[in-house]
Amino acid sequence: MDNNNILEVKNLKKYFTLRSGFLFQKFTGSVKAVDGVSFHIKEGETFGLVGESGCGKSTTARVILRLTNPTSGCALYNGTDLFKLSRKQMFKVRREIQVIFQDPYASLSPRMTIGDIVGEPLEIHGVGNKGYRRKKVKKLLKVVGLNPEHINRYPHEFSGGQRQRVGVARALALTPKLILCDEPVSALDVSVQAQILNLMSDLQKEFNLTYLFIAHDLSVVKHISNRIGVMYLGKIVEVADSWDLYKKPLHPYTRGLLSAIPIPDPELEKKRKRIILEGDVPSPINPPSGCRFHPRCPNAEEICSKEEPELKNYSKNGNEHLAACFFAGKSF
Amino acid sequence: MYPEIKKDLKEQSEITEILEDAGMEKKYSRSSLYKDAWRRLKKNKLAMIGLGIIIFLIIIAIFAPLVSPYNPIGRVKEESSLSPGMAHLFGTDLLGRDIFSRVIYGSRISLEVGVIAVGISVTIGLFFGAIAGYFGNVPDVLIMRMADIFFAFPYILGAIVIMTILGPGIMNIFIAIGILGWASFARIFRGSILSIKNKEYIEAARALGASNFRIIIKHIFPNAFAPIIVYATMNVGSAILVEAALSFLGLGVQPPTPAWGKMLSESLNYIDIAPWMMFFPGIAIVITVLGFVLLGDGLRDAFDPRLK
Amino acid sequence: MSFSENNKILEVKNLKTYFYTDGGIVKAVDGVSFDLKVGETLGIVGETGSGKSVTALSILKLIQQPIGKIVGGEIIFDDKNLLKMSKAELQNLRGNKISMIFQDPMTSLNPVYTISNQIMESITTHRKLNKKEAKKECLKLLEMVGIPEAKNRLGSYPYEFSGGMKQRVMIAMAIANSPSVLIADEPTTALDVTIQAQILELMNELKKKTKSSIIIITHDLGVVAKYAKRVMVMYAGKPVEFSVVDDIYYKPLHPYTIGLMSSIARLDKKQEERLTPIEGSPPSLIDLPKGCVFRKRCKFAVEECRKKYPQFVEIEENHWVACHRAGEFLDGSLSRI
Repeated sequence: MDNNNILEVKNLKKYFTLRSGFLFQKFTGSVKAVDGVSFHIKEGETFGLVGESGCGKSTTARVILRLTNPTSGCALYNGTDLFKLSRKQMFKVRREIQVIFQDPYASLSPRMTIGDIVGEPLEIHGVGNKGYRRKKVKKLLKVVGLNPEHINRYPHEFSGGQRQRVGVARALALTPKLILCDEPVSALDVSVQAQILNLMSDLQKEFNLTYLFIAHDLSVVKHISNRIGVMYLGKIVEVADSWDLYKKPLHPYTRGLLSAIPIPDPELEKKRKRIILEGDVPSPINPPSGCRFHPRCPNAEEICSKEEPELKNYSKNGNEHLAACFFAGKSF
Repeated sequence: MYPEIKKDLKEQSEITEILEDAGMEKKYSRSSLYKDAWRRLKKNKLAMIGLGIIIFLIIIAIFAPLVSPYNPIGRVKEESSLSPGMAHLFGTDLLGRDIFSRVIYGSRISLEVGVIAVGISVTIGLFFGAIAGYFGNVPDVLIMRMADIFFAFPYILGAIVIMTILGPGIMNIFIAIGILGWASFARIFRGSILSIKNKEYIEAARALGASNFRIIIKHIFPNAFAPIIVYATMNVGSAILVEAALSFLGLGVQPPTPAWGKMLSESLNYIDIAPWMMFFPGIAIVITVLGFVLLGDGLRDAFDPRLK
Repeated sequence: MSFSENNKILEVKNLKTYFYTDGGIVKAVDGVSFDLKVGETLGIVGETGSGKSVTALSILKLIQQPIGKIVGGEIIFDDKNLLKMSKAELQNLRGNKISMIFQDPMTSLNPVYTISNQIMESITTHRKLNKKEAKKECLKLLEMVGIPEAKNRLGSYPYEFSGGMKQRVMIAMAIANSPSVLIADEPTTALDVTIQAQILELMNELKKKTKSSIIIITHDLGVVAKYAKRVMVMYAGKPVEFSVVDDIYYKPLHPYTIGLMSSIARLDKKQEERLTPIEGSPPSLIDLPKGCVFRKRCKFAVEECRKKYPQFVEIEENHWVACHRAGEFLDGSLSRI
């Protein structure tokens, strides 16, 4: 495989153990939030990770950032395993890996001015003196389309979209290479979503950024990503170029997901055939045997409940198209 | 009930949402939580009365030598047990000391105890609460179980035990009340840390590589402080009560220093012949405690108007 | 029940709902008019703060007093003005002839009562059934909304249900008395997409079965495209455009609708196509700009827009719009791009 992978995640697992009791706690089970996820992100591209709530997409980002420790697996950032780094070494790498969170209301401390918020990464990493930092913060605010004069205002004085711009400015402060975006536009109204999405793609070109874009909204993910990974119950079920994924989905879950999203076009909607996935997403504490999707899968056969399908490449041209389904080859 | 339940449920979120959407927050722009709270506090009449009482007391305590007409410990034998009159506004006690002056000086002790003892409680409580809330696991269990032990112990009884061990005196009152009060502050602070700890802005700071110390000081403290202010204010009132009780029992401030609790116990035997001796220090305690409770109550509503 | 000759089951005329707050008057709904026909699905679309939810709450007079107040307008249902009804009459209407499904199924069910308890209550409030009959009815409803093994779930508490299942229960409660109007306020926003699809399909099927009319309130233009027959677009408390769904999507006449359509990331569009967002953010409802409320974000704004708010007029048959320049869009003399 080519060597321009900025991030390579291999067989990542994160189990949250459930304990009960007081003082002497007993192990009562584990939530397999992320269970053997592998993907890679090429430099300069946007890799989308999509899935419903509880599929482990956000946990994946948190583990990569080492906000929580992985159970096993590795995450190679430019070849070095993030999970093997000491605190000090990780601190250095943090300059290059930044994060944008979902909720522009919760991701900015309400008691700090936006100047302090955007300047914090610079302060923590000891960049320049106070005067320099202030200048830089003003520049950053301008870059994300905010008025630099508002540097002393508090987050609550801004609208949702503007707050998310503050979040973007903070992520940009240390001129990172990779930004993990965890549902960056989900809390915003459509008209404002478009503003932020455009801003993000402009910044990507300008600063040569790589994005890991995590969201539940496949239309948004598809719009911004070059390649997409679809997650279901802690596993990746399909990875493909975003247009391929829409045009030729191989995994029945992807097909169900695509079909569940109504397209804002009445004529088209009337013609579209809908696949309605039955039932709910099962609990990650006790996931189904074999293929985790088989209880909801419209084309499940006997083998699906017994064996677990591997994530394999089904594409015949150069673009990888991975799917974890025994019958993925059939529909291709 | 059908529409009614849902009406209630819906409305709470609905109203706040609408107001937020409407840019209500923007209206109070450039105001932090504290300014916002102050704006609401100003509208609360009871709280303002409480604040008035407290400010009045503080002024009196500071300017005690200027305000009091007599020396609080100066005895004038011939004038003992005088009922309230023009010369002695609140009358005199058995030893002929001016009760008005003693009540004024007594405010010093009460306020000192209130502020310093609660200060000690807050310091200890915040320290342990922060450790318990932020780090969780074993320290959390240990600290919170220790707090439970303190909760299980009757407050006054605990104070009496400590005072008996340490011996009477104002310093020891600070220590006794201060130590006994930490557990509630630790518990409250731990609670607010737990609710803040998983907020995204804390994660954002951690993702930036901020140290635990920085996160606690810069991000958690400012956001978790409001309930502490509320509880501390109310607690000043109860600290004053405990001090009065200890002094009443003879374990607190020693004579001849004027303390309201002590004045009560000294006049206990003369309640039927000289009720003013007990009335004035008693009413002083009530008013002071009331002041702090009213303000504390108002602050709670001001910081979180939705709790009302 | 008798309907007016033109099949209108509900008519809202110039509805105004204001909230009186410390900071000023919030005109959450300001002059909304629309009608709902028998058996149709009407979509109300708008962003946060557009007043779409308040409109829904106003129809059932569920506005919190004294902060909120319906200050004007008429809501005609079954030839009677809802706003002039007594409390008892309203009570009799709510959950019976007009019922509502709320956004958040997690908080809309009372956690201390069983599912069947809550459904039975909404049945017996409006119908004289004994316990046994009500229970039977309840079971029928749960089966209708697709709760698997409904018989065994009667004694379940809300926490034992997933979000999607709770929303099904909410729907069962809402249709318990076969209402003629069902108002669904963001019924699927809190749910995952695959569950959203299930719920919307269910609502659509039930509508066909029960012949009720639905008002669906949402921010999701996809949902409206699929299910609604007519759509009203709201902005800053005001209706800006109202027409049949095809007109709204293919030949919108209000710059806000136009902007909304081009700012959505669409599943079926290639990635290279850049989105055209509406610049700026919605205005504060306390401090609305003079003239047209949208003009500050509008790229077609002219002098006239600053002076007065455009009337909400029927510019062609069944197509209402509030824009000074709508005529130019209509006759093609002004390009939408």
